[in-house]
Amino acid sequence: MFRRKYITGLLIAMTAFACRKDNYDEPKTTFQGSITYQGEAINVASLAVYFELWEPGWGKSGAIAVQVKEDGSFSSLLFNGHYKLIIPAGQGPFRSVINNATNTDTIPLNLSGNTTMNIEVMPYYMIRNQQIARSGTNATATFKLEQIITDANARSVENVYLYLNQTAIVDQSNYVARTAVAGGSITDLNNVSMSVAIPASMSSVGTTGVQNYAYARVGVKIAGVEDLLYSPIVKVEL
Amino acid sequence: MRKYLLIISAALVFVLGCKKDADFLQTDPSNVLTDEAVWKSESLVLSVLADLYNRYVDQQTITNWVEYTNFDEAFPSQASEYWRVQQINYPYEWWSLWDYGQMRDLNLFIQKCSAATALGEEARTRFLGEARFLRAALYFEEVKRMGGVPLITEPMTYDFSGDPTYLQHARAKESEVYDFVIAEMDTIKTMLPDNAGIQSRATKGVALALQARAALYAASIAKYGAGTPSVATAGGEVGIPADKAIGYYQKALAAAQEIINGGKYALYQKKAEDLQDNFAATFYDKSNNPEVIFAQDFKLKSGKVQGWTITNQPWSSAEEQQGGRVNPSLNLAEQFEKLDNTYAPFATNAGSDYIYYDHPGDIFAGRDARLGGTIMLPGSKFKGKDLDIWAGIMYWNNGAYSIISGDTYGEIGNIPGGPTGVQVVGTDGPIDGKEYSAQTGFLVRKFMDPATGSGQLGTQSEVWWVRYRYAEVLLNAAEAAFELGQPAVAAGYMNTVRARAGLTTPLAAADITFDRIVHERKVELAFEGHELFDNKRWRLAHKVWNGESISAAEVVANIGKADKVNTQIYGLWPYKIYNPGSANNGKYVFKVVKSANVTAAHRFNLGNYYSSISADILSNNPKLVKNPNQ
Repeated sequence: MFRRKYITGLLIAMTAFACRKDNYDEPKTTFQGSITYQGEAINVASLAVYFELWEPGWGKSGAIAVQVKEDGSFSSLLFNGHYKLIIPAGQGPFRSVINNATNTDTIPLNLSGNTTMNIEVMPYYMIRNQQIARSGTNATATFKLEQIITDANARSVENVYLYLNQTAIVDQSNYVARTAVAGGSITDLNNVSMSVAIPASMSSVGTTGVQNYAYARVGVKIAGVEDLLYSPIVKVEL
Repeated sequence: MRKYLLIISAALVFVLGCKKDADFLQTDPSNVLTDEAVWKSESLVLSVLADLYNRYVDQQTITNWVEYTNFDEAFPSQASEYWRVQQINYPYEWWSLWDYGQMRDLNLFIQKCSAATALGEEARTRFLGEARFLRAALYFEEVKRMGGVPLITEPMTYDFSGDPTYLQHARAKESEVYDFVIAEMDTIKTMLPDNAGIQSRATKGVALALQARAALYAASIAKYGAGTPSVATAGGEVGIPADKAIGYYQKALAAAQEIINGGKYALYQKKAEDLQDNFAATFYDKSNNPEVIFAQDFKLKSGKVQGWTITNQPWSSAEEQQGGRVNPSLNLAEQFEKLDNTYAPFATNAGSDYIYYDHPGDIFAGRDARLGGTIMLPGSKFKGKDLDIWAGIMYWNNGAYSIISGDTYGEIGNIPGGPTGVQVVGTDGPIDGKEYSAQTGFLVRKFMDPATGSGQLGTQSEVWWVRYRYAEVLLNAAEAAFELGQPAVAAGYMNTVRARAGLTTPLAAADITFDRIVHERKVELAFEGHELFDNKRWRLAHKVWNGESISAAEVVANIGKADKVNTQIYGLWPYKIYNPGSANNGKYVFKVVKSANVTAAHRFNLGNYYSSISADILSNNPKLVKNPNQ
């Protein structure tokens, strides 16, 4: 009897003291910001654009991919350390700018504590003064397309789209209705206007819809660039 | 006396009981064959080779059905696979292949076989030819998926010096890998038997067929790669210069014509009385099939059987409680032409009213026989039993049709204002969201085994997986000839293939366009593993899977256009009419529908053209460059 007590006591002691929490600390440093041109965020499609963080000095190298959100912002939980940030070629409707410290497009990133940093890039175009509103059974957008890259790397506009969706994520894969205007038929980039018919199924304007608002945005397909450039998402009252 | 016996036996134990240490420690293993033993015996070498054949790499194949459902040919009718029609982007690591373990085994085989003088000369040459065929086939598979890879043709050995850099090889150019594959075929076609009766081992025929296919791939990458200049690397690991296209097309045409003019292969035409059955039998008839050049063979009761029929059998005649998984799409079905060589969607409506068919199969009448040979259509049979594919009953209710349907296979229900206790949905579906039902209204027929027991887990099927067949050789020849500016030659080869499918009005030379070439391969070679790689080499993949959702009206438009957007799978559902007193009572109407599970539109990014090389491989070998746009 006495012995059993000892054994029980020993077992309890073993359970309590034998193991320690052996996990590493989780990453706690927030790295956030936006992809910007002159401080203005560049909007992209959802799940379309990412950049890579490399942390040299470990045995095997592999990148941490950071996804850019629809509004051009990003946020990632990381460990403190010295990272190198690159935007892979072909990502996004923009070109990387040369970093002064490295003289390449690699951006050195020294994380010690939460960091907010915007990544400056050179977009091919910027969408300015966008206004989207309902007029009758259409949603109409007016905006200005400002060409930013005008040197040898300049690209023409292939197509401009106006998308409507019922939910707040709107892009080339997520829309209910859209119209397209070919770049060649736009006479004045400073004053582009286009409209899309609001489907009856989604609006209180129509016969069957019950939702009295929709989300809209403009997308620009630039010739030879895979990712589209977008305007901020606008909520349109129907 | 006993004492003597004891002494003698003790002496015997001492004398005979022990072996010399050297002998005792050198027992030949009884479970492993040594190199020395293997390379003396032809039958043992053959079993080594059989393992290498068994590791042949396929992407889409009948033993991996889900791969068919990633694009636009088929819907995955199994609940755990619906995500395939719900994800937009294809991950960059999909289709990635970096199998230098297998490559080393092949190189070792080639090295040892070359030195195996104990084998007969004829057998040794054939073995060597086969191993070199398999190695080239693996390099071909690598280059299709990854672009240029390091060309290693000798087994490499580590010297344990602590410095592995001499084992690190840079990627060859994409064109160099294709050149290697093409050159190997020129050498080994003379080493292999020229016998069309051999279909599961390498022959001269398959060497030429692989050469034609590889040269055609290289040629089209050179030609159509010009349209996607960003899918290339500076060192040529990805991308082939456009000026090489002509040379590759010529090589492809020459290789294909060598098979055609050799006269050893022919199109399968044993069941000329029913061309649909004939086309289906092309794949399951294994006796004296003149069309099959190279196949992965299976054999009942041998342990090497396949379950394609179990996977896809119609519920109405299923031999297990499963089946119906690969549901061909309307997008594919409507590609099959009418017999006058024109494209047309299936006629569902006349003005604002439906078109009423007496029999559900009538809507498919007058089409390319390959439609019924590739797809089980509503109103057709499998294993002699009628399929039961219809989505519900449309009954007349206050001047309009209402629909009643069910949630399980062949559910019994009541028609409001009509009879009670009647079947309200087909035993094979379609029921939206019900796994194993024909959710697009179609089931796959190609490679399905009509033998009894093929749908049982305990028996399965011995229908082979056809990797190379004569019709593809003809289409390869047609494509190469067309690209070389010989449309009349191309038309000749295409018409041969089309005539077998009942399209007896020949196409004229002027009818042959790029769209026609693309279309013909789509309908002839559906479910044979060509879809992804064809769309990649023509650089069409980012156009047909562009991430934009398509409406029902867009699905049935632009049929036969090579760059028709095909991001979402649609189906065609038959409904029975209940309207007593009307002439249409009991007839069938059809609706174009999209399953509720198809929520995403597939997007093939430029970075998908060549699969990503994993970070592990890249960091092990700093000489490797990444694939573009990733």
